Amino acid sequence: MAKENPQGNKFNVIGKASPRVDAIDKVTGRARYGADHSRTGQLYGAVLNSPYPHAIIKSINTERARALDGIRAVLTHADIPGAKSFGGIVPHQMVLCSGKVRYVGDAVAIVAAETPELADKAIELIEVEYSPCPVVSDPEQALSPSSPLVHEDGNLCAHHKVRKGDIETGFKNSDFVIEHEYTTQKVEHAYIEPEAVLAEPGENGGVTITGSVQNLYSIRRAVASVLNLPLNRVRVIQATLGGSFGGKDEAMSAICCRAALLALTTGRPVKMVNTREQSMRESYKRHPYKMRYKVGVSNDGILQAMEIKIIADAGAYAATSQFVTWRSVVQATGPYVVPHVKTDIYAAYTNNCYTGAMRGFGSPQICFAVESLMDELAAQLGLDPFEMRLRNTLKDGSITATGQKLTHRVTLDEALRNVTSAGGFKAKWLANREQDSASPIKKGIGISCSYRGVSLGAEGADAAGVGISLQTDGSAVVTCGLVDMGQGAATTISLVVAEELGLSSDKIVFLNADTTVMPDSGPTVASRTSFMAGNAARVGSTILKDRIAPVAADMLKCKASALVFCHDFISAGSSRITLAQLAAECFRRGISLSAHGWYKSPKTTWREEDGTGDAYFTFVYGANLAEVEVDIHTGRVIVTKFISCHDVGKVLNINGAKGQVYGGVAMGMGYALLEAYAEEDGQPKLGNFDEYLLPTICDMPQTEVIFLEGDDPLGPYGAKALGEPANEIAAPAIANAVANATGRRVRELPLTLERVLLGKNLIPGRERGSAMAKGAES
Amino acid sequence: MKKLISLNVNGIAHELAVEPRRTLLELLREDLGLTGTKKGCGIGDCGACTVLVDGVATFSCLTLAIQVNGCSVETVEGLTKDGKLSRLQQAFVDHGAIQCGYCTPGMLMTTTELLRRNQHPKEQEIRKAISGNLCRCTGYQKIVEAIQEVARSENEEI
Repeated sequence: MAKENPQGNKFNVIGKASPRVDAIDKVTGRARYGADHSRTGQLYGAVLNSPYPHAIIKSINTERARALDGIRAVLTHADIPGAKSFGGIVPHQMVLCSGKVRYVGDAVAIVAAETPELADKAIELIEVEYSPCPVVSDPEQALSPSSPLVHEDGNLCAHHKVRKGDIETGFKNSDFVIEHEYTTQKVEHAYIEPEAVLAEPGENGGVTITGSVQNLYSIRRAVASVLNLPLNRVRVIQATLGGSFGGKDEAMSAICCRAALLALTTGRPVKMVNTREQSMRESYKRHPYKMRYKVGVSNDGILQAMEIKIIADAGAYAATSQFVTWRSVVQATGPYVVPHVKTDIYAAYTNNCYTGAMRGFGSPQICFAVESLMDELAAQLGLDPFEMRLRNTLKDGSITATGQKLTHRVTLDEALRNVTSAGGFKAKWLANREQDSASPIKKGIGISCSYRGVSLGAEGADAAGVGISLQTDGSAVVTCGLVDMGQGAATTISLVVAEELGLSSDKIVFLNADTTVMPDSGPTVASRTSFMAGNAARVGSTILKDRIAPVAADMLKCKASALVFCHDFISAGSSRITLAQLAAECFRRGISLSAHGWYKSPKTTWREEDGTGDAYFTFVYGANLAEVEVDIHTGRVIVTKFISCHDVGKVLNINGAKGQVYGGVAMGMGYALLEAYAEEDGQPKLGNFDEYLLPTICDMPQTEVIFLEGDDPLGPYGAKALGEPANEIAAPAIANAVANATGRRVRELPLTLERVLLGKNLIPGRERGSAMAKGAES
Repeated sequence: MKKLISLNVNGIAHELAVEPRRTLLELLREDLGLTGTKKGCGIGDCGACTVLVDGVATFSCLTLAIQVNGCSVETVEGLTKDGKLSRLQQAFVDHGAIQCGYCTPGMLMTTTELLRRNQHPKEQEIRKAISGNLCRCTGYQKIVEAIQEVARSENEEI
């Protein structure tokens, strides 16, 4: 183990602290995000959302809006030439609603106008008559037969199960059984850049969309089908993304379809930029979960059985709920060996804001439950939480809950040992239980750990491409079907190409993704980019190198195998040529200087009937440690120290890797202590950052990062994944630290002042201040 | 009715007719094409729109253009002098204090103001100064490290 570079570095650029390839653009204001793109003569689009979470649309009258000067289009569902709805898994989300609205982010009409002010004014003049329907807001009640229906074919959005061994035998083998319910809240991605797109009518009768798009290819499919265009006439170009975290994936379909529809109708470019309030109202969130865990343990602290039932709120539409809950069902037992498992997860449709992909993708919820539970079991058994975990963790060759044998090196215990020894866990954990009762400030320390399947697993097709075009002056253009949304993919992929071709990384320009340049590489999700695109970049570089190496050998009069590509030179013994000379010579000889690398992930398997299979081709492991101070007079929690250890296989860029961890911890802290997207009867109770609280710099502790490098045989240079693992176990480490400080367990997130102080949340009244007003009356 | 205002932006004098409702943020981005300044929330909570007005860090989304009549405004585009990054910009690059970069211009402007009035701020002073600038990607740690590097230096340039 070492903090930065454990194995010595045999690479030129891989593993070192490289500046981001886009850093200078971003510190000078040159980087162009979605809203920074404008065209002469552009119109401005605006959306009329439903005021009701569930209602029948009786009539829509757009006459007054159309009559306004400066309005170029007012469109409803009747104006859509192709498919009326979209959706990657269930195509039932309407671009513009007819018949029924199912949440307050649904749109009924759109407008294109000469100015944004006129567009807003026209929206106000559209008259819609609704007949409100009963609102379904509780996912558990939504699944009862008496519930009103959100969708005609029932409120069950997804059900996955895992069966291993025999659950009754498991409980019989147990010396005691505990049963608890854990709940997690709905949270917003809160990328600082709200969604923005510019749609332009194309010369070929199609449309070009430039915007804040995380998954270009699913957006292209949606726009093409809604506009009745072939895929080749819809071009989607990624603008520099101001954060996404899963949030600018499928949710962008709606705004892109609407802008494209307005552009093709008016024949002019149309710009649509969401306000923060619109973004919060419309965009999907992380699923809130209610999780019941019944767990049997023998007296020696060995897990015997886990029976798990989880209900997730899918909100109004499916989006990626099927996949999110699938990852949850695979990982629901946590990184532990459990011989008898029965897990069921259900996602229910409601009239709440819909839910979809967000960093973690179904793992932060179950990590909170399992990792809280392990501490509760430890307390029952009189073991410390570290020891309790060690007795049950997955090890080399272990069998997971889905029956998958782990054939790679399992580094979970190592990760746990690292954080506990770096944090002095056991001594502090014991001492904190005997604190001076006079002081209201109590110290706490907590740990958590996880395993996580890399990439998409058995969810679906998993392949990606990278394009490399070497120029005759020795510079190169690199592009990829996966995107940089801030996480640093552009830098990582450039570094792989630089390493393979012996290029300096500053000789590379990385182009933002464009559907006309690269083939469909699937979504930039599941922490798959370093792995998938990194491998594709290696494949592409190898193809190119194999093609140009014989020319170099000819020029240097040696065998191709004797060539060394390094620092923009190709050398053989004492003689050398520059890469620029080689590229120019290849061009003269008519040899192609561009190559595409394509990588398909290794095989995975899944049997949906009983939830068994090799769900992911490999896993990553991590452990976190948090120290807190809790004021028991106010319930305030301050995180004072954080240690995060992750097996990443291989660090490709130490700057980027550390940044992922710091950011992941911050987001996990928000999840633990601050953030909740509150709704009541389907109506959002907040709309901006004045009430949706994100961690500021003053909330952040010093974070220590420890990387383990396991050299996975499948990854590029052994690299695996980091973006989501870095986020998923921060909250339970903090919750466990709070329990260590106070002696009381809170099983609901976030750990608000009142939950920590009173053990329950104080629910505000329907109108702000109403509770106080009532109090004053009485 | 539009009003005529004059202001200096990054050393260049402008005279513009603006609607009284136009914000400074809109003026910079749409009338002057200075899109480096970002809009994140529109209510002065995220700090992405921070610019310097007569040297003072100001939320341009909450400032009307007519309020800055006669003022001098600095934006992120003005930090680079003669094609050379400011030391603060360079420190952000070197320390990897950037991920998506959307909060970066606001962070740089707030910090530029801090360092002008306090050449060697302590860590707590740095944290307090940028507590009104939200970043969702970096966890802030590398941002603090970058600012500390500049704060430690005896070089008076920022």
